[in-house]
Amino acid sequence: MPITAVYPEPVLRRVEVTAPRAAVQVAARPADIKIATEHVSISYGDKVAVRDVSLTVQDRSILALIGPSGSGKSTFLRCFNRMNDLIPGASVKGEVCLDGENVMEADVSVVELRRRVGMVFQRPNPFPMSIYENVAYGPRRRGLNDRRKLNDLVETSLKRAALWDEVKDDLRRKSGLALSGGQQQRLCIARVLATDPEVILMDEPASALDPVSTLRIEELMRELREAYTIVIVTHNMQQAARVSDVTAFFTMADDRAGYLVEVGPTGQIFTRPSEQLTEDYISGRFG
Amino acid sequence: MASLTSAYPTSKLRAKPGLLERLDLPRRVVFVAAASMIIVVAMLMIFIVWQGTQLFVKDGYSLGAIFDAKWDPLADTPEFGILPFILGTIVVTAGALLISTPLSVGVALFLSEVAPKWAKSIVQPALEIFVGIPSVVWGWLGITVLVPFLADTFNGPIVISLPIVGTIFSMPGFLTGFSWLAGSLVLSIMVLPTITSVSYDAFRAVPQELRTGSLALGTTRWQMIRHILIPSALSGVLTAVVLGMTRAAGEALAVQMVIGNSPTLPEAITQPMTTLTSQITLDMGNTVFGEPWQDALWTMSLVLLVISITSVVLVRVINKRRMGS
Amino acid sequence: MTANAGSIGRSSGAKPSLKGKASRGSILADRAATVVLWGTGALVLLILGSIILHFAMAAWGVVSLSFILDNPSQTTLGGIMPVLWNSIYMLALTMLIAVPVGLLGGIYMAEYAGDNIVTGAIRFAEESISSVPSIVVGLFGLILFVDDFHWGFTALAGALALTFFNLPLMTRLSEQALRAVPQDERSASLALGATKWQTIRHVVVPLAIPGLITGVILTAGRVFGEAAVLLFTAGIGTPPHYNFMNLDITNPTSPWSPFRPATTLSVYIYKLNSEGLGAFKNQIVDGSAAILISMVLIFNLGARFVGRVLSRKLTAS
Ligand SMILES: Nc1ncnc2c1ncn2[C@@H]1O[C@H](COP(=O)(O)OP(=O)(O)OP(=O)(O)O)[C@@H](O)[C@H]1O
Ligand SMILES: [Mg+2]
Repeated sequence: MPITAVYPEPVLRRVEVTAPRAAVQVAARPADIKIATEHVSISYGDKVAVRDVSLTVQDRSILALIGPSGSGKSTFLRCFNRMNDLIPGASVKGEVCLDGENVMEADVSVVELRRRVGMVFQRPNPFPMSIYENVAYGPRRRGLNDRRKLNDLVETSLKRAALWDEVKDDLRRKSGLALSGGQQQRLCIARVLATDPEVILMDEPASALDPVSTLRIEELMRELREAYTIVIVTHNMQQAARVSDVTAFFTMADDRAGYLVEVGPTGQIFTRPSEQLTEDYISGRFG
Repeated sequence: MASLTSAYPTSKLRAKPGLLERLDLPRRVVFVAAASMIIVVAMLMIFIVWQGTQLFVKDGYSLGAIFDAKWDPLADTPEFGILPFILGTIVVTAGALLISTPLSVGVALFLSEVAPKWAKSIVQPALEIFVGIPSVVWGWLGITVLVPFLADTFNGPIVISLPIVGTIFSMPGFLTGFSWLAGSLVLSIMVLPTITSVSYDAFRAVPQELRTGSLALGTTRWQMIRHILIPSALSGVLTAVVLGMTRAAGEALAVQMVIGNSPTLPEAITQPMTTLTSQITLDMGNTVFGEPWQDALWTMSLVLLVISITSVVLVRVINKRRMGS
Repeated sequence: MTANAGSIGRSSGAKPSLKGKASRGSILADRAATVVLWGTGALVLLILGSIILHFAMAAWGVVSLSFILDNPSQTTLGGIMPVLWNSIYMLALTMLIAVPVGLLGGIYMAEYAGDNIVTGAIRFAEESISSVPSIVVGLFGLILFVDDFHWGFTALAGALALTFFNLPLMTRLSEQALRAVPQDERSASLALGATKWQTIRHVVVPLAIPGLITGVILTAGRVFGEAAVLLFTAGIGTPPHYNFMNLDITNPTSPWSPFRPATTLSVYIYKLNSEGLGAFKNQIVDGSAAILISMVLIFNLGARFVGRVLSRKLTAS
C-alpha cells in the first residue's frame, strides 16, 4: 500500500504546479536526478566548512558521504532540507535543487521541503510519547486526523521500518523512549516514512548501535531504496561499500574547509579511485 | 646545593591524622552556617503554630467559628470569621495567575525559542529589574495610575445584553477603583518574572534533539512548541505557576494598597475586598498582644504558613514525578 | 524480517511544488504565534519603559540634593534624609550578617553536602523560607525579638528578620557561583597535596568571586526595597532628626545604634500612603519611589558590570 494514499487529497495532489522554471540541466536525463547541488559553500560565521560542492543524486539510489571527521559531511547533508537554517551564524551559498526546483530560494516553504526530505539523526531522538504517537506525529501535524487512515499509516510505516512485529502489541502503551537503541532508530525511520518523504537523509544512523542493529538498519536501507532516495553519512567503510550505490569522498583543504574530492559508483571508489587522497583514506593510510 | 625536600618537614604516608585534621573545623563551621536555616524554619514554624492556635486554645473559639463569613472584632462578643480573607486571597491570586500565566509563558517561549540574541539581551535584564522593584512601589503605581484609571473608565455598571436573550451579564461598575481587579492586575505583574524565569528554565531543559526532530519532519515552529515543547516542559511550567501562586498569595503591601480592604466576601471583580495579608498588615498595629483580635491575626498568619509549606511540598511532588517519568 | 519490498512504492503523481500552499493553515498559525510571542516580549519592555518614564516625570522637580539631604518637614516639601539613612544602615547591618553566613552555607552546600537526610532538610528549609510570605517572617521577628527578647522595634530586630528572609537567596546564589567553578581546578589543587579546605579557600572561592559578588549585589537589591518584613520589627514611625555626631552605639538616640527604631525608605512610603495627609504627600512618595527604582537599576547594572569586569580580569590573568 503506498503511504501517499492515506493523506487527504488536497495535501498531496495539488494540481497547482508552478510555472515551468528555467530547468537546471545537470545531466543527460534530468528526470532521473532527484537532487542536484551547484557550487554549494557553507560557512559558520567566517569559517568555511564546505567549499564549492556540486554533485547529483539519482532518484531511488543511495548516496554515501564518507570522509574524515570535520570534513563537513553533516553540514553538507543538512543543506538538503535546510536544517542549517536552524543554526545561528550558518550561511549557505549556491543552489540545491530538488526535482529541479532550487530549495534555497527565499519563498520556498521549509515546512514543505522537510516533509519531502526527511532526516534521521545520529542519536535516535524519539519524542517522549507512545510509539504510536511518535509515528502519527508528522501526519497529524499535516492535518491527518482520520483514525482509520492514521492506524493504517502507522502500521505501514512501522512495517516498512521493520519494527512492526516487535512493537505491535503495545503500540499505544509503550513510550518510544522505552525501546532499545536500535529499535528507537527504526522508530525514527518509521516516523520519517509516515510523513511520506521522497528523500531520506541519514547522519551516521547506525553509529550509536550494536552490530546486529546496524545490520538491520542496513538491510532496511536496501529495501527502502526501492521507493526512496537516500543520502547517508557514515564513518564505516564497509557500511558504505555494502549499502550505497554511489559514494562521495570529502576531505579538508589546508584551511580546514571541507570539499568534495571525488564522487562515483561505490564499486569504483572502493576498488580503483581516481584520486590518491581517496585511496589513502580508504586503505587507512589517511593521515 | 640544598636539596629541595629539606625545605619541608619530613612526612609519613601512614601518619595518623592530627587532632586538627580530625576536628576538621572548617567543615563544622560551614555546616553550622547551612544548618542555621533549619533552625530558623523550625523556630518560625513553632512560633507561628503556637501563636496561631491561641485563638482556639486560650480564647476558646471553635474551628467552625473561624470558618465563617462574619468578621466583627469590635462587637461585644467579637466574631472572627476569616473566610472572607481566605476566599479573598484565593480569588485575587487566581485572578493574577489567570492574567499572568499566559503572558509569562509567552515571554518564556519568546526568550527560549524566538528571540534573537539582541532581543534576549534586552528583555532578560528588563525582567530582572521587574524582580527588583519593591512591592510598595508597585502598590503606589497601582494607587496613582491603575486605580484612577479603572474608576474613570468603567464607572457605570457593566452590562452585556443580547437583542432577544436579554441581559446575559451584569456587574456593578468600579466605585473608587480599589478592587479585586486592581489587586489581581498589580499581582500579575509582580509574579510575571517568577513564572517567566522558571518556565524559561523548563523550556531550556528540553533536549535540542526533540526540537530538530520535530522540525525535520516538516512541522512549523509553533507546531513543535505546542506538541513537543510545552508537553515536555509541562511539569516545569506547573512548578512555575505554583511558585507564582505562592508569591501572589503571600504578597502583602502592594495588594493592601489597591484592594480596598473591605472584609466582605468577594462579589465582583469591580468591588473592593480583602485578603489575609492585607488584613494582617492593617490590623496588627491596632491590636494588643494577647487579645483575641490579635490572636485571630496570628491564626491568619498560620493559614499563610500552611499555604506556603503546602506549595513547597507540591513543587517537590511535581518535580519528583518529572524525574520519575 | 518480513521483506515487504513488494509493498514499497510511492505513488508518482504530480509533484507538489515547494512553494505550494498545502500547509497554509499551519503556516499562518505559526506566523500568528511568532507575532504574539514577539508581542509579549515587547509588552515587558513597554511596561518597564512606561514605569521608568512615569517616575522620571513624577519625580521631576521633587528629587533634588535637598530632598535627599534634608529632614522631613511639616510645612514644606522637606527631605527624606533620615529614612534614606536608615535604609542604608539596615542594608549594611543585614549584609554584615547575611553575607558571611550565606557564603559559608553556600560553601557547605556546594563542596561538602552529601546526598543524605541532613542535606535534604537544609534544602527543604531553604525552599520553605523562600516561599514563606515576607509579612509572616516579619511577624516571626515581632514575636521573637520585639516581644520575647523585649528589644522593642529596633534596627537589629529588623536586620535579623531581613537576614532570615534573605539567607536562602544568599546561600543559593553562593552555592551556584561555587558550583560553576570547573571540577578540574579542584582536582589540580588536590593533586598537589592541598587539603580540601585549602583548595576551597585558595582556589574555589577566588575563582567564584565574580559570581559571589553578583549574588551579594542582587541580595542587597532585595534587602533595600523590602518593607513587609520591617513593618513590625524595625518600626514604622516618623524618624527624629538624627545627630550624626553621637557615635555612642549603645545610645538609642544615636543614628549609629542598632538598638533604635529605624523606618526605612520603603516603609516610609507605605506609612505616608496609609496615614499621610500632608500637602506634599504625593510628591514625597513619588520622589522616594523614584529613588528606590534608581537604586534597583543601580544594583542591577552594578551586579552585571562588576560581574563582567571581575570575570574578565580573572580569566585574563
Ligand atoms: N554549529 C556549528 N557552529 C560552528 N561550526 C560548526 C558547527 N557545526 C559544525 N561546525 C564546523 O564545521 C566543520 C564541519 O563540521 P561537520 O559536523 O559538518 O563535519 P563532519 O564531517 O560531519 O564531521 P564528523 O564526521 O565528525 O561528524 C567542522 O570544522 C566543525 O567544527
Ligand atoms: Mg557529522
